[in-house]
Amino acid sequence: MRLGALLCGGELLLLDGQLGTGKTTFTQGLAKGMGITDVVSSPTFTLLKEYTSQSRSDTENETQRGLALYHFDLYRLDNPDEIIDLGFEDYFYGSDVCVIEWAAKADLLWPAERLHIRLKMISETERSLLFTAVGQRYYELLRQFHYATTSS
Amino acid sequence: MLVLGIESSCDETGAALVKDGRYILSNVVASQTEIHNRYGGVVPEVASRQQLTTILPVLEMALEQAGCSWEKIDAVAATYGPGLAGSLLVGLTVGKTLALAHTLPFLGVNHLEAHIYANWLRQENTLIASSTPEHWGYQEGDPVFPLICLIVSGAHSELVFVPEHGHYQLLGRTRDDAAGEAFDKVARILGLGYPGGPAIQKAAQRAEEELLHQQKSVAQARNSYRLPRAWLRGCYDFSFSGLKTAMLHLAEGATESNDGKQVSQYTRMGVQAAQQGIPNVALLASSFQEAIVDVLAVKTRLAAQEYRVKQVVLAGGVAANTSLRARLQQELSPLHIHLSFPAVSLCTDNAAMIASAAFFHLSLGEQHGLDLDVQPGLSLPFIKKSE
Repeated sequence: MRLGALLCGGELLLLDGQLGTGKTTFTQGLAKGMGITDVVSSPTFTLLKEYTSQSRSDTENETQRGLALYHFDLYRLDNPDEIIDLGFEDYFYGSDVCVIEWAAKADLLWPAERLHIRLKMISETERSLLFTAVGQRYYELLRQFHYATTSS
Repeated sequence: MLVLGIESSCDETGAALVKDGRYILSNVVASQTEIHNRYGGVVPEVASRQQLTTILPVLEMALEQAGCSWEKIDAVAATYGPGLAGSLLVGLTVGKTLALAHTLPFLGVNHLEAHIYANWLRQENTLIASSTPEHWGYQEGDPVFPLICLIVSGAHSELVFVPEHGHYQLLGRTRDDAAGEAFDKVARILGLGYPGGPAIQKAAQRAEEELLHQQKSVAQARNSYRLPRAWLRGCYDFSFSGLKTAMLHLAEGATESNDGKQVSQYTRMGVQAAQQGIPNVALLASSFQEAIVDVLAVKTRLAAQEYRVKQVVLAGGVAANTSLRARLQQELSPLHIHLSFPAVSLCTDNAAMIASAAFFHLSLGEQHGLDLDVQPGLSLPFIKKSE
């Protein structure tokens, strides 16, 4: 089971971890789970990349746009004010999925509810991921994810 | 045809006047690299607010340097994507407004395509006589179709087949980090500063020049560290994130070995570097640059052979790297494939390339309405690979 498959829109995932810990790789997996077929590459230079998933609706008569994934990277930014200047805040309260790399650079900016994911390097081929839910919605999400991964 | 080009897709703000897509009358770029450097390697201000304050002075300077009045200008062009929505809006809105005010045709330009057209800009500014017939067709000094283009910058690493003007076939792209991004991040790991490309090139040159001075082969520096290369055989995609992580482990190995825990590749090389009078970081930079250049050059050569082109063009900020240019030349010249690349100042974001790309589209009768909106996620107008 992939975490991306459990997302239903409006989620905010904050990634933190040093260079090379797999933030972009994690997002690639998340995108796959969301049904995104595009190549997800690092947004460091562009600051933001946008992807749209295939519609997951099973009912054929319903044509709806799939979820969008907004992939942010704050690596090049130093000041939370710049994020506001860039108009990024609007996305965080939208109905799509936002993933933010180097989120700790703007700690005071985040909405009350969000999911923190802390990545650490164990060895060249191993990483540890620490998930912390803030708010009921993300607590539920993690519970579902935990249930799905342990039962399969 | 005289085109005013405007560029504001990311960090830079630029305006340029270019005649017939090839001859630069003026090319002004307000670069923020200097400011970035002062703040210690990270971009402090990429906000569109910055571009709002610089765009009008930049425009005025471009007009003044070209010494031309509005009556001489035939069209206005501005980048409409890809880039940051807020930044793109500044240049596009200014461009459309000027076109409306002066009743001139307007064209929105794809920033990526413009990087390719930087290869049409003449480096030595031989101003043509006004009687020269303007023409979008081949002129001496133009790249020759069909061609392969390697676009390498902070945001892009793409290999594209271009059979003719305006037709693009994507052969490969990065699966994770772009080449320029790898340069920047590794420069930071090595403590070499920003922007990373020139910093790494300079450090590598230091090691290579010292070896040449000692009458040794530069390969000693370039191969001093065994670094991974993601060849991804059978396709033209790139991957540089593993190389970045390998560099990180080498740098960490340095601190570990200080505690005597292990003798890493880094320590062994450090001893050798000291014997040769070369900073170890310069050897690291040289090996890293070689690993990137190796993959880029070989894959580009393979594509050129498969698509049987006689011309390869480089585009994007990393195209300024002298090692990449030299290595590609070395790969391509035995095959009689011609390599061209823009002047260093035209590799990074600039408005002259916008005006150049616009000229070729305008010559074919294309233009955009003033309702054109920014497209932050725009890619090249790729055609499907013919089976």
